[in-house]
Amino acid sequence: MSERVNVKKKSAPSGGIRVSEAKADAALPTLGPKEMLRWAWTQLTSMRTALFLLLLLAVAAVPGSLFPQRPANPAVVTQYIKDNPDYGQLLDSLQLYDVYSSAWFSAIYLLLFISLIGCVVPRAIAHYKAMRSQPPRTPQRLSRLPEYGTLVIPAHAGIPASDAIHGAARLLKKRGYRVEVRDDDGARPSLGAERGFLKEVGNLVFHTSLIGVLVSVAAGGLFGYSGQRILVEGDTFVNTLVGYDQFNPGTNFQSGQLQPYSVQLDKFDITFDRESEGKFGQPIDFSAAVTTKENPDAPARQETLKVNDPITLGGTSIYLTGNGYAPVVTIRDGAGNVAMQGPVVAKLQGDNYYSSVVIKVPDAKPDQLGFAGFFLPTAFVTDEGVSFSGDPELFNPQLTLNSYYGDLGLDEGSPQNVFELDVQDLTPLNARNLDAGGITLAPGSSYTLPDGKGTISFDGVKRYIGVDIHHNPGQLYALIFALLAVAGLILSLYVNRRRVWVRTGTHGDGRTMVEYGLLARGEDHRLAGEAAALRKLLAAEWQLSQDEPAHASSPTTPAGPSGPEKDQ
Amino acid sequence: MPYGINETMGQYSELFMLLAAGTYTVAFIAFAWDLAKSSKALRAVDLKAAQAEEAARVPVGAAAGIRGESDLAGPADRAERPSSSTSRGAGAGGAATADADMRYAAERRAPARVAVALTVLGALIHGAGVVTRALGAGRVPWGNMYEFLTTGAFVAVAVFLLVLVRRDLRFLGTFVVGLTIIMLVAASVAYWTPVGHLVPALQSYWLIIHVSIAVLSSALFTLTFAMSALQLVQSHREKTVAAGGTDKLGFMRLVPSALSLENLSYRINAIAFIGWTFTLMFGAIWAEKAWGRFWGWDTKEVWTFVIWVVYAGYLHARATRGWTGTRAAWLSIVGYLCVIFNFTIVNQFFNGLHSYSGL
Repeated sequence: MSERVNVKKKSAPSGGIRVSEAKADAALPTLGPKEMLRWAWTQLTSMRTALFLLLLLAVAAVPGSLFPQRPANPAVVTQYIKDNPDYGQLLDSLQLYDVYSSAWFSAIYLLLFISLIGCVVPRAIAHYKAMRSQPPRTPQRLSRLPEYGTLVIPAHAGIPASDAIHGAARLLKKRGYRVEVRDDDGARPSLGAERGFLKEVGNLVFHTSLIGVLVSVAAGGLFGYSGQRILVEGDTFVNTLVGYDQFNPGTNFQSGQLQPYSVQLDKFDITFDRESEGKFGQPIDFSAAVTTKENPDAPARQETLKVNDPITLGGTSIYLTGNGYAPVVTIRDGAGNVAMQGPVVAKLQGDNYYSSVVIKVPDAKPDQLGFAGFFLPTAFVTDEGVSFSGDPELFNPQLTLNSYYGDLGLDEGSPQNVFELDVQDLTPLNARNLDAGGITLAPGSSYTLPDGKGTISFDGVKRYIGVDIHHNPGQLYALIFALLAVAGLILSLYVNRRRVWVRTGTHGDGRTMVEYGLLARGEDHRLAGEAAALRKLLAAEWQLSQDEPAHASSPTTPAGPSGPEKDQ
Repeated sequence: MPYGINETMGQYSELFMLLAAGTYTVAFIAFAWDLAKSSKALRAVDLKAAQAEEAARVPVGAAAGIRGESDLAGPADRAERPSSSTSRGAGAGGAATADADMRYAAERRAPARVAVALTVLGALIHGAGVVTRALGAGRVPWGNMYEFLTTGAFVAVAVFLLVLVRRDLRFLGTFVVGLTIIMLVAASVAYWTPVGHLVPALQSYWLIIHVSIAVLSSALFTLTFAMSALQLVQSHREKTVAAGGTDKLGFMRLVPSALSLENLSYRINAIAFIGWTFTLMFGAIWAEKAWGRFWGWDTKEVWTFVIWVVYAGYLHARATRGWTGTRAAWLSIVGYLCVIFNFTIVNQFFNGLHSYSGL
């Protein structure tokens, strides 16, 4: 926002310190509430404050990268507070785990945006007026302008001063200037011309668009929603609240927003790197074949869901965000009835899909059963008895489990983490340190639990995927405003706002003298180039030879910056 | 599906990188030699010019016979701020020798020419290294830290050489080439990674767009960082000389005035800022494609935002009274330090969704 400051600049050198001192002296004793507000407003919307707030915003954003953030990962925050008992709570009370929704961060950006509005609105009004008014009057001494030159039209050309000014006006109009000719019947006709109004328009569009981006983000938070779901091969997700494993509604979310589309995971394929040595076994392609239906009655469609390639359905986007193995098990209880059958999602723990498995069997009778252990797609056991997974693919799948019986605590209704088994109230059946030992199963094998508690068989392995479902009505608008902002930014940086004045006069000997001056508003390193180009055009218009020694500035360096020349 | 891996190409690439680093090292020495030699020569020229001026009491133009470049170099206070141009008396003549416009002068600086030629050669070899790396991996050569460094260093040199076509920025040679050598060495020693496929998260055309613009903007920020640092030194030196102090930083004669450094770095920063804005936007679009949200305050996003805000502050500072010149230069430097921080520390030590881009 250069202009407002430029105005200040102009008035300042005469005695900036004195003026401000006088202001302070005069203002202090008489500050009523109204003046106080005005003073606060002037301060807030000043360039210095805006700059200060901008830099403060940068500083305030940093802690969010230093400390774990709740919105990204609440569990890590809880753990962090536990691990750092001495200052963990203190940081929490300072909202350092919720930096971007904290009172202080919000205060900074809201003040910044208020300051921005307080700057943009008056400037927009001023610019609107400027665009509708004529170029400023011709200065008395054009030679004082940063770019200045003169041309002489010889008497024999027969171009009087008024014709010359109209010729110049025509040229400038063609070059995109808005031109006003003054006093064209007088002895010293002149013209004022101005161009580059788009610079300020771009500037205003840029800053206004930033407000637009902010509003769009806020709207997304109000009306959007997101959720997660794990799908084992063969599973179907229906977009209803109960279909989600986890659901994060926006503030204004209504469940009627959910369109009951369905997604069935048919098959999930992974390609692993078998070529490069350093990254052997690293996944290089995830590909989920899914069948989708827009609504329960719609025709089914085959689609492929990949990383970086979401599926769009019912106003939401569905993303592939995770995957793993789900060993299929059948568990019979002590009575010989099937108490549980199906895939169990194994949670990734280490390299090569080394995963943890928890199985809870509340339906087993007479005692409820629980299993906890590990799944390894390619099991290896070291001499020390430590098992690890040697490859991500199913070369030697193995399920190693401990088993427990007793009350799982599921009947009390309090929610439990499906990936954790609380063994405190359970009696162990199988474990490495017990006589019965642990359970080790390969696909197709089964094991009979001690004490006639039942059997477990490992039937096979399926794959599962984790999908994120997002609906953000604000993001399209955020994109549009961001694009507008960039367009405005480019205009404001690369359109140059310039003013040109030309004055002509007829010399006593019949020659027509032409002088011109250029002034840039704001940063403009190409003003000298424009001056040279104009000189060339004017000279061509009146068929003057280029090296007419009309002016001391050396024609050999037409593009060189001015400065010293103007005083000659 | 990704293309196959060609290990042989990868090995060629590493050989090229090594050769390039060697060539740059020689170029670096040549640039340093140029700084030492030319500043000495310039001082002698200035001394003679000053003597001639004393004797004849004629304008600087009289020195044309000796230097043969005065109309190109122009008076020292050219393009100076109106307020400061008047305050610069005879003392200023001793401080500013280099061309304020950073156009090439007629005078030949043999070591600098050798240095530039060597840099071009190094860049060609370096470019071959980047291309063979891309061929070896069958994809764009920016998928991990090793590749960011090698490709980023190449872009920095290429941008520098491109700017050299229009402007005489050879005084930046030691800095740019020196930094390039550091980047290549760091890549080979600390971040070496064999050619390999991209993880699925990076398999997107946004990788090509987002990262290339980020690297290009960073290369431009590198130039402006060097110029801003020199601007601070130069403005300190100008003050010292103007106050009648002794000029201890003779080699700075080769460097243009603080104001012209400020002006050019502003123009380059403006381009780089637009580039960074695109980096941010394209990153957001890609994040939406990959993770389902365009902005989530991931550590990398935070730092990209911080950098954007700092350079936005820089652009505003240039239009704020009391913030031009030295303060703006500091902002430009802080911005670049954030770029470095974002590239090194954040990539390596901060957990975030961008972590896979690392090692």
